[in-house]
Amino acid sequence: MEFWVELVASILLVTGATFAFIGSLGLAKLPDFYTRLHGPTKATTLGMGCLLIASMILVTYWQGYLSVHELLITLFLLITAPVTAYMLAKTAMHHKLQILEKTTDKTLSKRAAERMTP
Amino acid sequence: MLNIAITIAAVLMCLSLMLNLWRLFKGPSRPDRILALDTMYINSIALIILFGIFSRTTLYFEAALLIAMLGFVSTAAMCKYILRGDLIE
Repeated sequence: MEFWVELVASILLVTGATFAFIGSLGLAKLPDFYTRLHGPTKATTLGMGCLLIASMILVTYWQGYLSVHELLITLFLLITAPVTAYMLAKTAMHHKLQILEKTTDKTLSKRAAERMTP
Repeated sequence: MLNIAITIAAVLMCLSLMLNLWRLFKGPSRPDRILALDTMYINSIALIILFGIFSRTTLYFEAALLIAMLGFVSTAAMCKYILRGDLIE
């Protein structure tokens, strides 16, 4: 029993950390702001989800009863990550950061930047 | 096996924190820097949880939750500030 719990938790830990690392690599390497926004807000949230599920499995196994602290943190991160991404994208649009040349549908971005701020 | 996995995960988290710090220093615009700070607080939550697993205590989950809430509020406040020039109008 101990071995299988540790195996599942270890796989989840390494997978989650790899996802978070890929997200940060995207933040450091991608060419413009709108592509950089993808890395952290998606990959890092997924990685945190994997880490917190691993922690939940381990703490539940050690304590003998269900541990829901991690579920709270996961829920909070899953709710707040899209809100943060939306606010950052809106800020970048109003500051008229330059968009990559091959971006499609630039007329939509122009229209969005001219809209009144909330 | 668990200790090796925790070590690998912590090393990857520290590397991603270094990448975020690089983007925070270099970032050509202000939204870039805010995004780097946002990613840094999420990665620090991951490090705190890894330390909690390593020392087999549940004491650190409250700290992680606090960092999550304060990080979200500060990111939203900074975005609002550079968007409007004011927080509460």
